[in-house]
Amino acid sequence: MDDTVKSLAGSASRRRFLAGVARAAGAAGAFGLVVGLFGRQAQSLPAVAIRPPGALSEKKFLSACVRCGLCVRDCPYPTLSLAGVGEDVPVGTPYFIARRYPCEMCDDVPCVKACPTGALDPELNTIDDARMGLAVLVDEETCLNFLGLRCDVCYRVCPVIDKAITLEMSHNTRTRKHAVFIPTVHSDSCTGCGKCERACVLDTAAIRVFPRHLAKGRIGEHYRLGWVEKEKHGGESLAPGMVDLPDRLPDELPDALKGWKP
Amino acid sequence: MSGAVKCVGDEAVKAKGWLGAHKYLILRRISQFGIWGLFLLGPLAGTWIVKGNLTSSLTLDVLPLSDPFVVLQALLAGHVAAGSALLGAAIVLGFYIVVGGRVYCSFVCPINVVTDAARWLSERMNLPKGWQPARETRLWALVAVMGAALATGVMAYEMLNPVTIVHRAMVYGLGYAWTVLLAIFVLDLVVSRRGWCGHLCPMGAFYGLLGRGSLLRISAVNRANCDDCMDCFAVCPEPHVITPALRGAGTETGPAILSGDCTNCGRCIDVCAKDVFVFTARFNNAIPERGDTVMERKDRDAA
Ligand code: SF4
Ligand code: SF4
Ligand code: SF4
Ligand code: SF4
Ligand code: SF4
Repeated sequence: MDDTVKSLAGSASRRRFLAGVARAAGAAGAFGLVVGLFGRQAQSLPAVAIRPPGALSEKKFLSACVRCGLCVRDCPYPTLSLAGVGEDVPVGTPYFIARRYPCEMCDDVPCVKACPTGALDPELNTIDDARMGLAVLVDEETCLNFLGLRCDVCYRVCPVIDKAITLEMSHNTRTRKHAVFIPTVHSDSCTGCGKCERACVLDTAAIRVFPRHLAKGRIGEHYRLGWVEKEKHGGESLAPGMVDLPDRLPDELPDALKGWKP
Repeated sequence: MSGAVKCVGDEAVKAKGWLGAHKYLILRRISQFGIWGLFLLGPLAGTWIVKGNLTSSLTLDVLPLSDPFVVLQALLAGHVAAGSALLGAAIVLGFYIVVGGRVYCSFVCPINVVTDAARWLSERMNLPKGWQPARETRLWALVAVMGAALATGVMAYEMLNPVTIVHRAMVYGLGYAWTVLLAIFVLDLVVSRRGWCGHLCPMGAFYGLLGRGSLLRISAVNRANCDDCMDCFAVCPEPHVITPALRGAGTETGPAILSGDCTNCGRCIDVCAKDVFVFTARFNNAIPERGDTVMERKDRDAA
């Protein structure tokens, strides 16, 4: 009798215990889900927010950066700041807004040296190798150089002038007798420092820096550019032995083409 | 308030003076605000003793310190910290294993000041205790936090963690972080007394685990002197930890408070007029003979 009572009481308390554990585990699961979803949602970075030099790709960065701000402290300029509560940037992470204050591309990269976690890649020794973002001339309708003037400011301020940004001359179709000098950014050299965006003389910059994945297109894997391939093959034709078919011409050439040879 | 209403610690104040009965409270506030001051000295006065914030810092340009709770999240999210963060976390880990994990809560964490204030006010205003979730809840929350890091591959909880958000804001500029503080204050005041630090905070749970084997412990060595005033229970942020140590004589339990939940805040020492509690090493846990108190031993040694 005594034993039955005890075991009954035992099983009741065990049931209560198990129910408690289940409840707590369920609550923890729900909490974890909310945290996880929140973390997932907060992974998108607004286009104006640029990470410091050497920052890992965004997802990796968010697994690495402990949000200590040591990079902010060691940056000699007011470039970097930590995102506050309620900003679009994941809270506590370092970023800069080029138009506010760009990266000055310090030779000794003190921000990277300060980072205790490797969220800013310690392998980055030369600031010219940084790829914080990519400058894009977003508005041809307002860029003064596009309009045929010689502003050139973005070009002149670029720390990697003539490599990251060049002025490409072409014909001014409006005046028909002048040239225009188109500021042209080259992704193999642009560090994304944002100095061009900062310096653009317009009220709203016509050239802007975006995170690379937003600024750059990608050609499909299967594409082959004929002229590149040809160069790779020492000028040989890509399809050797291709039959050169005779050009078919009308027997009687129109007057305008008299004397023309294919 | 004095006179008609009996306040916690009244007798201790009478016995040891106000200062003597608030020694550890004062020490804790000095520590909490002192740490804040050290972080602010750089940006405000240009004297760089400590740089960074509690998640990772550099002291005097040589000593790296990192929060193991955050570094563990990074690890689970798939990033092995390069640089000094791992070393920093190991140093901090070692420190808390010696002095007690939740010393972080009582002497360092900035939220503690706010939750202490909420508790004080809630008791003064005689508000109901409200929702009191099971004590294990915070352990489950800790599991959830680490699970979320593992599952998402990012430090998801750091988007929400009020401790790191508030401290970072205190060092780098407040912004809207006061809303986080307010939320915790309101939670603790009207929804759940001691709700955040006592039941929910996964960071507190983490440091509590560190404290399970820690060297420095509180011990009710002089429990024979206890006159059941209950002041220690009233002041303790984790009162359940006191019972086995203080009331353990009958069950042959030693007087040391071994629970990792104890924050080593020392308030029980402060408010006890009978000097029942002392700081000691966890090994000093021999069951004192009845009546054989430190005082008596001292007297005996002197004789
Ligand atoms: S390279 Fe220099 S200016 Fe740019 S973010 Fe780093 S420290 Fe600041
Ligand atoms: S120093 Fe590194 S870990 Fe610290 S905030 Fe900057 S990027 Fe993040
Ligand atoms: S962002 Fe602008 S200034 Fe900086 S490297 Fe690129 S083109 Fe030059
Ligand atoms: S429980 Fe959490 S919020 Fe409370 S003092 Fe400890 S770490 Fe800080
Ligand atoms: S037992 Fe004493 S030291 Fe431990 S938390 Fe309670 S009051 Fe603080």
